[in-house]
Amino acid sequence: MTSTAPAAPGRSRLLQERRTVPDRGFRVLVIAAAYVVLAILAGIAIFLVLKAVPALHKDTANFFTTFAWNPDNTPAQFGIGVLAYGTLVTALLALVIAIPVALGVALFIAYYAPRALAQPLGYLVDLLAAVPSIVYGFWGLLFLRPYSAGLQTWVARYFSWTHVLGTSTGTVGQSFFLAGTVLAVMILPIVAAISREIFLQVPQTQREAALALGATKWEMIKWSALPYARSGIASAAVLGFGRALGETIAVAIVLSTNYELVSKLLSPGGNTIAANIALTYSDAGQVGTGALIASGLVLFVITLVVNLVARAIARQSTPAGSVV
Amino acid sequence: MAKRVELDSLSCFYGKFRAVDDVSMTIEPKSVTAFIGPSGCGKSTVLRSLNRMHEVTPGARVEGRVLLDEEDIYAPDVDAVNVRRTIGMVFQRPNPFPTMSIFDNVASGLRLNGVRNKAVLEESVERSLRGANLWEEVKDRLKKPGAGLSGGQQQRLCIARAIAVQPAVLLMDEPCSALDPISTLAIEDLINELKDEFTIIIVTHNMQQATRVSDVTAFFTIAGTGQPGKLIEMDTTSKIFSNPGEKRTEDYVTGRFG
Repeated sequence: MTSTAPAAPGRSRLLQERRTVPDRGFRVLVIAAAYVVLAILAGIAIFLVLKAVPALHKDTANFFTTFAWNPDNTPAQFGIGVLAYGTLVTALLALVIAIPVALGVALFIAYYAPRALAQPLGYLVDLLAAVPSIVYGFWGLLFLRPYSAGLQTWVARYFSWTHVLGTSTGTVGQSFFLAGTVLAVMILPIVAAISREIFLQVPQTQREAALALGATKWEMIKWSALPYARSGIASAAVLGFGRALGETIAVAIVLSTNYELVSKLLSPGGNTIAANIALTYSDAGQVGTGALIASGLVLFVITLVVNLVARAIARQSTPAGSVV
Repeated sequence: MAKRVELDSLSCFYGKFRAVDDVSMTIEPKSVTAFIGPSGCGKSTVLRSLNRMHEVTPGARVEGRVLLDEEDIYAPDVDAVNVRRTIGMVFQRPNPFPTMSIFDNVASGLRLNGVRNKAVLEESVERSLRGANLWEEVKDRLKKPGAGLSGGQQQRLCIARAIAVQPAVLLMDEPCSALDPISTLAIEDLINELKDEFTIIIVTHNMQQATRVSDVTAFFTIAGTGQPGKLIEMDTTSKIFSNPGEKRTEDYVTGRFG
């Protein structure tokens, strides 16, 4: 290769050939990685559409408004409504529970904990992410359900006037509330870890701006850390939300599923897209399988929309023209 | 009310490392005192220990006393938060709160002190912005973000923020080092006006600046890496720059060292 050879005597350095080979090679690798991701995504989408469409044609009910799931009956009748509703409700519930706790943990590790404690605590939180989801499922079913029954009953008794925090059957247990709580624990590590990293990146000049004015630690967090971290926290929340939307086995274990529109969070019952797929796939007939894949397609679209919305929010809440 | 600052055998530490050794000095109210010296000599560390910002760094601590009109700011029952509400600080890089408007930036210190009355806030925001020579430039866009201003304007905004709470002392840590010459001149003019009201202590690497703005100059230096910084001499600025008592001071101010 002439490109690596020393300059010929008398020839100007400026006129040497550019060493383009390693540069080009790396460029090709990076581009390939990007396109592989796109190709996989497109492949999944195409697969879902191809398998779903025949089943959707057999559906004699309205796919979006029907609250039933009988794809293998004749005539087939199924709708995504109940499943999509349950998926969104459990994921939202998980987010509502997980975010305050995750932010608390992240702020504690970033600003309050002595160094000797901060690191091990960070590792422990990260470790929560390494627990298999089936373990969370059994933990929710065998531990959290009996031990939270008292709390759930108490909430149902005194807050049933809110309608949402009640039960329609008079019993509590394998409810959206339980599933949401288990999901909250599962998404806690990712939300906490990302928030923690962002809090640690808040520029010292910003923190000192508040402290030098006589801000207490909380006031410093309110004025410097939280505004700086806003968009990052939003991204963390979306990642957590995405995980909660797609979580399968833990929800399948925890919920006692049905296809009713459960509007009271403490009532047993309800279902989610992912859990429904896991629980009914093995018994599904030809139309049934297609119907499940159609539901997977809906989940795919929901996740996509959530991500796009979150990106828009994150962009909007980034302080404009901020000098850091 | 401007107050006198007295350092009594002040030593500053980062963990076990003694960064500044045994500094004693008295700074008179309504004067400008410049801290000069080579990099690493501990002048910024001393400055930051005067409003207890030094201890914000993990492991950092001080020994000795700092008296604010006879009151020791390091006394056990004194809260650092209250010290910082009494002694203002302006940093090397302008650091307005990026998400806050110009108005809210200036009002932030007052709000920390519990001022909620809108008329009071408006009055003192205007007074502080006028005091910082910024009012005419921003009076029509007080609701716009402070981060949209130029670097020099941002630094004057930070000065307005610091003086809004009527601090007893104003500390400035190389306030012009990130600014162009014109903005620097504006800040220096401002310092000359502010000393009618405040006790000002400024750290600067720029010796012309020290001669232009300060009444008194303190020269710090270190013997070598890993050695603690020391106060070599402190005197009127004209004396330090024309006829210093120490050879090391003379070498530094004449540019033969550091």
